[in-house]
Amino acid sequence: MTATSARPGQAGGGLWSRASGALWRRPWSRATLLLTPPLAWFLLVYVAALVVMLITAFWTVNQFTGNLERIWNLQNFTQILGNAGYRSIIFRSAEMAAGVTLVDAAIALPFAYYMARIAAPRTRTFLFVCVLLPLWASYLAKVYAWLVIFTHDGVLNWGLARIGLGPQNMIYTNSAVFVVFCYIWLPYMIIPVYAAIERIPNSLIEASQDLGGRTARTAWSVIAPLALPGIVAGSIFTFSLTLGDYVTPTLIGNSDLIGTVIASNVGVANDLPLAAAMALVPIAIMACYLIGARALGAFREI
Amino acid sequence: MESAGLRITLRAWAVLVLVLLFAPIFVIIAYAFDPSVIQSWPIRGFTWHWFIVAWHDQAVRQAFLLSVRVGLLVAGIAMALGSAVAYGLHNFRFFGRESISFLLVLPLALPGVVTGIALNNMFGFLNVTLSVLTIVIGHTTFCIVIVYNNLIARLRRTPRSLTEASMDLGARGWQTQLYVMLPQVATALVSGALLAFALSFDEVIVTVFTAGANTTLPIWIFGEIHHGQQLPEVNAVVTIVVLLTIIPVLIAARLAGTGGVTRTARADKQ
Repeated sequence: MTATSARPGQAGGGLWSRASGALWRRPWSRATLLLTPPLAWFLLVYVAALVVMLITAFWTVNQFTGNLERIWNLQNFTQILGNAGYRSIIFRSAEMAAGVTLVDAAIALPFAYYMARIAAPRTRTFLFVCVLLPLWASYLAKVYAWLVIFTHDGVLNWGLARIGLGPQNMIYTNSAVFVVFCYIWLPYMIIPVYAAIERIPNSLIEASQDLGGRTARTAWSVIAPLALPGIVAGSIFTFSLTLGDYVTPTLIGNSDLIGTVIASNVGVANDLPLAAAMALVPIAIMACYLIGARALGAFREI
Repeated sequence: MESAGLRITLRAWAVLVLVLLFAPIFVIIAYAFDPSVIQSWPIRGFTWHWFIVAWHDQAVRQAFLLSVRVGLLVAGIAMALGSAVAYGLHNFRFFGRESISFLLVLPLALPGVVTGIALNNMFGFLNVTLSVLTIVIGHTTFCIVIVYNNLIARLRRTPRSLTEASMDLGARGWQTQLYVMLPQVATALVSGALLAFALSFDEVIVTVFTAGANTTLPIWIFGEIHHGQQLPEVNAVVTIVVLLTIIPVLIAARLAGTGGVTRTARADKQ
């Protein structure tokens, strides 16, 4: 494409075509025109909000008046990291997020493999839609559905009674929260893993078999390493979204996670600086995680 | 290739996962038709009663209309900003280009509570009263990437030769965009906007922090589940919300191909 060659009608024409021509001749002005509004939005709304939050984390709320005091200090951080209760909440959240990620990866891998390499093309499309629908179906509806399933007279205890395992009290436990997280974020894991497995050339698998690799060996030495970037891409979502969720633990669980601590400090307790400092915890954990993920090449998938 | 035993095992696994994915959704839909006021399984009959109750409930109706209004505004703004950034990043190479696409996905990849509290805190800092506008601002921030993802995938698949042919035939820049490129990308744009609407319509985690006294439909549902006073009506409303989030996705999947609808990764780079 030669940008400066004379085109018919360029010399004449009205303001519109002259403006169009001027833009065409100066790619930089077009790029600026296109990118300024969305980037300004992102910087002025999102990045600015994150920066203000970072600053707020170093302020405090006066215990007596409840007013924000704009004096720089590390009180929120010493409170969070020095308090055994908060530390165990952070640890429990990270543990939950890691567990959910592992379980989802274990469920997603065989499923994605079947989808990408065994299912016929029509079945593949069908399965893809079947993963997409629960992914997009209302988040609250999914959490609520599990509340209804886990409740005392719910589907779970009805099923357990039939096989003679008696009623269990699943609702309002950490196990229930764990199950719901695994369910809700599973499609976020399946899709990138599927994308990664689908791209593995058949010849690699055949080569492994020709060289005498059995199924298990091929799966472990060829498929697993090549699916890893997909797993990492999916885990960014399963890990991060579990780490900060407060709706599921509020409705299904009975103990605090990072998300519920943040939410309650914005609402009831109204200690925004503490909430802001707490919100930096998942960001810090995710930053470490993303740097690692980037090294593993996960961002080619996103 | 795989042995017959392995293939059968994997197929059984796939069926099992599908059942797991859909069972909770079917349970909640079944409950919506349960005539009983006490929630217990199995349901004891069939009635449309709770849908009628929900239809006549003014609070539900207002929340629904607010959610639709917010969703439409968000879809519109996200479509404008998302397509601008997709065109910009597709057509130009410059320093920092990779960081922009990384920045765009950040509001979806970081926990919603972080976006929520950051916006809540900033609005408080700037003395902005929480309103419908602040909800729209919050939702747009994470919906831009949805439109961007859809459009950039389509732009990458559209051969450059189309633009070149149009230019060779004497079309100006804007004519090429309007008559050649727009028909190529129109379905991707529409599907992006539909998905942005679906995501906004259902959003609760960020909305709680940016809504102030306004009640969107998800906020109404969240509150009602928490109180547990009128759960049969909640069942009916939740069923409608499930349908309203699924239908745009089905249309979008038809328009853009399933690869454009993933929310996480683009699976269409074959």
